Amino acid sequence: MSDDAKRFSGLSVKRPSPGAPPATPEPSLEPESRVQVASQWQLMWWKFRKHKLALVSLIIVILVYLIGLFAEFLAPQLPGSYSARHTYAPPQPLRFVERTDNGWRPALFVNGYKVEVDPVALRRTFVVDPESKIPVRFFVKGETYKMWNLFETDRHLIGPVKSGEPMFLLGADRLGRDVLSRTIYGTRISMSIGLVGVALSLILGIILGGISGYYGGAIDNLIQRIIEFLRSIPTIPLWMGLAAAIPLTWPPLRVYFMITVILSLIGWTDLARVVRGRFFSLKTEDFVTAARLDGASEIGIILRHMVPSFMSHIIASITLAIPAMILSETALSFLGIGLRPPVVSWGVLLQEAQNIRSVATAPWLFWPGAAVVITVLALNFLGDGLRDAADPYE
Amino acid sequence: MIPTIIAISIVSFVIIQLPPGDYLTSLVSGMAAQGETVDRASLKALEERYGLGQPLYIQYWLWVKGIITKGDFGDSFEWNLPVNKLIWDRLGLTFLLSLSTLIFIWIVSFPIGIYSAIRKYSVGDYIATFIGFIGLAIPNFLMALVLMYIGFKYFGHSVGGLFSPEYIDAPWSLAKVGDLMNHLWIPMVVLGTAGTAGLIRIMRANLLDELYRPYVVTARAKGMAEWRLLLKYPVRVALNPFISTVGWVLPTLVSGATITAIVLSLPTTGPLLFKALLSQDMYLAGSFIMMLSILTVIGTLISDILLAWLDPRIRLK
Amino acid sequence: MTLNQTLISVRGLKTHFFTDEGVVKAVDGVDFDIPRGKTLCVVGESGSGKSVTARSIMQLIDRPGKIVAGEVLYYREEGKPIDIVQLGNTGKDIRSIRGNDISLIFQEPMTALSPIHTIGNQVTEAILLHQAITKEEATERAIQMLARVGIPKPKERMTSYPFELSGGMRQRVCIAMALVCEPVLLIADEPTTALDVTTQANILDLIFDLQQEMGMSVMFITHDLGVVAEIADEVVVMYLGQVVEQSDVDTIFHNPKHPYTQALLKSIPKLDLEERHRLEQIRGMVPHPFNRPSGCSFHTRCEQIMRGTCERITPQYLELEPGHSVRCLLYQDEAKEVNA
Repeated sequence: MSDDAKRFSGLSVKRPSPGAPPATPEPSLEPESRVQVASQWQLMWWKFRKHKLALVSLIIVILVYLIGLFAEFLAPQLPGSYSARHTYAPPQPLRFVERTDNGWRPALFVNGYKVEVDPVALRRTFVVDPESKIPVRFFVKGETYKMWNLFETDRHLIGPVKSGEPMFLLGADRLGRDVLSRTIYGTRISMSIGLVGVALSLILGIILGGISGYYGGAIDNLIQRIIEFLRSIPTIPLWMGLAAAIPLTWPPLRVYFMITVILSLIGWTDLARVVRGRFFSLKTEDFVTAARLDGASEIGIILRHMVPSFMSHIIASITLAIPAMILSETALSFLGIGLRPPVVSWGVLLQEAQNIRSVATAPWLFWPGAAVVITVLALNFLGDGLRDAADPYE
Repeated sequence: MIPTIIAISIVSFVIIQLPPGDYLTSLVSGMAAQGETVDRASLKALEERYGLGQPLYIQYWLWVKGIITKGDFGDSFEWNLPVNKLIWDRLGLTFLLSLSTLIFIWIVSFPIGIYSAIRKYSVGDYIATFIGFIGLAIPNFLMALVLMYIGFKYFGHSVGGLFSPEYIDAPWSLAKVGDLMNHLWIPMVVLGTAGTAGLIRIMRANLLDELYRPYVVTARAKGMAEWRLLLKYPVRVALNPFISTVGWVLPTLVSGATITAIVLSLPTTGPLLFKALLSQDMYLAGSFIMMLSILTVIGTLISDILLAWLDPRIRLK
Repeated sequence: MTLNQTLISVRGLKTHFFTDEGVVKAVDGVDFDIPRGKTLCVVGESGSGKSVTARSIMQLIDRPGKIVAGEVLYYREEGKPIDIVQLGNTGKDIRSIRGNDISLIFQEPMTALSPIHTIGNQVTEAILLHQAITKEEATERAIQMLARVGIPKPKERMTSYPFELSGGMRQRVCIAMALVCEPVLLIADEPTTALDVTTQANILDLIFDLQQEMGMSVMFITHDLGVVAEIADEVVVMYLGQVVEQSDVDTIFHNPKHPYTQALLKSIPKLDLEERHRLEQIRGMVPHPFNRPSGCSFHTRCEQIMRGTCERITPQYLELEPGHSVRCLLYQDEAKEVNA
């Protein structure tokens, strides 16, 4: 595939590109006919590759999902473990070289803390102490955790050599919990809520949008009115109203599920619109008529002929819907009416940053926010690139 | 329009009914917590007023009838006041904030969108696009927090609220309006960034659609100067879809205003709605949700009328 | 043809489009003359560069296109000729020519008018841009012009919007707008293609009548040889961004030289053909603009190709007899003798 693609780009771009080998001598098809025989996905990939920003975003998105997937292993600490002695401990930068009498030599360590007393406020604050060193190693033994709830292990990607020594690469919060570890665990919840929520929206969107676009008429009219209604009202107050009704006594998993249901109850409209539009334009296409004349069943036509031809658009729309879900969850959890501790999501973590005084002493509490912004940005660029690539008329 | 408002009222009523336990129980327990007792007669009166114990549709009807005929939205047990005494000031400020943000968004995104379309793929276009994307990716509340942090850390004062302390309870005066303007810009920036980003992209795309239409060449072939031509034809045509974005910008603004207001503790609907929801003061919360939605729908309707007035294709068909 | 009979003289015009995929040489070395007061038809398949040539004359080339070489000399009634290419594409000088001396009408009357401005607004604007008269006078002139192009109830129509008119009526409005300043040249870029047949004939008649009244030149771009036979004085045949043949209309129809011209003429459907006779067509397709054939660009489709020659040698554009030029290797020696 990539070989083919290379040949294609070599042919269609006449301009000699430096570094590229001279035109391949092998007899190949004319560029137009190569485009004609390429599959829909090949065409999409060729166009997508030109969009550098989207390509970088794709890599970032994959990385973020991998972080969510391997959270237990990647996080130096458990999300709930706290150290009362390290309240609001500032971030310790990871050092790779140390200075000895004989010059510099490679070593992996973080500096320890010392306590300073603020002479004005008479408050104890931690500062990083450049004198003390805490050696750090990769693949160390640390706290025991159950990987994917399957097997127990105590290996972490990185951690202090002597288990129990402080290592807060992104600082610690109010209870002396590691912000980095919690952000990593939050990745799993926040990213999965995006996926689950979009999956639910997609089911609703495909069913309702499909019915609307395939049958048209009165039922289409009704569904369109519902979509218009949902789009014309402000969503956050509505979400708040629905989310606040979730009883405090519910177990975290049920709350998680309810929140995704609430988000997707309102979030399906965009996907439904895309599906409906595609159905409308496809159902008069010749190949659909041909399939119908051949006696294919309605369901067969939809699944075998129509769905594949708008899959690419759906995937682009899904990619753009995920960040919206993530932002909504973050907002609700931030307010305290979405996910609730001990569940760790980016929104739950940002609740710690709600109090302006605690942020003023510990600005590193914003780190989960940076995770949100980077992820949402990457998903938006990716979705944009996919949408451009899926559009055959650009 | 009317069906939409009916649907909104039904959804709001469902939200009111959602929490377990009925209104009366919460009211009694709320009053008991304050050391008051409720006598049987007033309980009876309340039961009749809300139709408690009767089927839901009758309760809904009584509620709606009360609103339409007497402007009675029910009582807030938290405040021990009729809801309509609590909501109007705050709704007013919410919409003042949303509308001024809307205007702010338009004023900023319109010229930038034009620039981005005309100088497509220039450095300026890329910068505008990139800032726009970042604006879309930062949640409102996070931006509010960061601005508050910056204000607190570097300017040494908190930036919340819409009025300085001395004006909070003062009657309206020119000085109070000035003070409001002084405070309004922070929530406006917070709320407006995402919308500005979206509208720049819309304006850019619309204008790019129009810029190469034959009628533009026609105008050029007449010998018109380039800037005059751009403003009179493609920009003017692209203005219509731009204005029709009110349909989704306004709901997003009202939506965002709710959460931003909670972070910045503005005297708008957000914090009060939030408190009401947390204490399950449902008549207050439901009324807020309903009125926010209805006013948004009315705002959208006004923009549709404005659009019809601007676009002969809609007006005359 | 002596100099003062010529209105516009295009010499060595090259307009290229610099796209991401490469340079498209839409117009690549075009020479022809537009005679004063007469009708020049430009014929060619789509993609032959007819429209780009027309727009180059008015400096209406948008990015990524650019006129890279050549001159467009405009001979005014008196004074020295002006090279329009040198005027740039936005300045005051070119703007005083556009719409005033040279006007343009398009194929698509549906989209050539702004959808949200009234007819009156768009027509009077054309007057006010070039003439120092009041709005009322301009309105009066616009109404007269609308009447002249055959629009019923012109006064009422002034406040109409384009979408309220039929396609034929819109094209009449476009013509009114183009001619309201009485230009010396009207460039009509396939003005009848998007219209139905009866409307087509009406519009052609209208342009012809107005030409008689005003004495202007018309540059008429079309791919319809029937139209050419009807209205042309001079004919230019284009292929892949170059002129392959120019002559008066009789010579083109009765003594065409270039194999492409001959093939075009053969592909016209005729009423007197025998039954079951297949319509002749030019074999092959117009090459992709990035893959311009070497040598003579028509050699890939030519019936009279000289193997080994046409692929290698690029033919020159030479005068075969006075007023009849051709770009073909078949006539190179003959033409050189004439020129010598």
